[in-house]
Amino acid sequence: MDISTYKPGIVYSIYIASTPEKVWQALTSAEFSRQYFSGLAVEVEERVGGAFVLRAPDGSVHISGEVVECDRPRKLTVTFNVNWPGLVEALGVELVRYEIEVAGDTVRLTMSQLHDRPISDAILSGGRAGWPAILSSLKSLLETGKALTIPMQPPAEMLDALKQLGIKVPGM
Amino acid sequence: MSKPEFVYITYIETTPEKLFQALTDSAFTKRYWFGTELRSDWKVGSPVEVVMDGQVTDTGRILEFDPPKRISYSFHHEANEVLRRENPSRATFELEPYGTLTKLTLIHDEFAEGSLMLGAIAKGWPAILAGLKSLLETGKALAIPHAAMKIDLPK
Repeated sequence: MDISTYKPGIVYSIYIASTPEKVWQALTSAEFSRQYFSGLAVEVEERVGGAFVLRAPDGSVHISGEVVECDRPRKLTVTFNVNWPGLVEALGVELVRYEIEVAGDTVRLTMSQLHDRPISDAILSGGRAGWPAILSSLKSLLETGKALTIPMQPPAEMLDALKQLGIKVPGM
Repeated sequence: MSKPEFVYITYIETTPEKLFQALTDSAFTKRYWFGTELRSDWKVGSPVEVVMDGQVTDTGRILEFDPPKRISYSFHHEANEVLRRENPSRATFELEPYGTLTKLTLIHDEFAEGSLMLGAIAKGWPAILAGLKSLLETGKALAIPHAAMKIDLPK
């Protein structure tokens, strides 16, 4: 996949008292992700072209994609297709990239959400609300052993913008 | 085109009161903000100085002070020759109770287009606020070397 046309729409960095290997493990294992990623279970085949899935507690696929870059424990880039009918057709395939760097006794984790076309602030409001909650919880989980409980609904402005694009969000 | 601003949200297992104190009391800020003290009487209109290892790095005025919900101060860089020529920006902290947590939103705005200061603070704040979160949740701040933030200051 040619990702040279992709640009970051959202970038979020967080420092965690942990090691790159532990952060990688937390990003790629269901046992961890269920605790910090809104109950979703992550499944990753750690090779370029491998499958990437975030599965809801009922077993359904919420996000599906494939691995585009994989350099354990430094960089993981995946296509990140939310399973809402018409979404990918309207907005294009989205990428999510995790970069892990050593920073003294800590690790800097940088999440970038990338797009191959301009995306409105209203659409991006979902990720801008969601990623800080997910990654704040991941940090707490690795540092204290306990994830945060951060109940969250999709922002109204994002739902309105999706509706205008003819995308129906299941359950909304 | 997005506005020239930096917004950072994090969730912390603490109360708004404790977080507010940690953002304004130098006994706390020194521990997570690379040794920084904030010198101010925190009255609206009063000056504030950001003092790192005895050197004043930034100065401003208190614009809003509403414990435990909101603090805003203007922010003018002093230490670097090039950044000092930029106009003051503004840092605003919003604290909201969120279940057993507190949601912290930092909005650092009022930068000119092409501001170099914006690039610097965008690398600094995530390290400072991650240290603040760790300190409040675990009692221990983070040991992030200054160089690891990769802030390229103009010469």
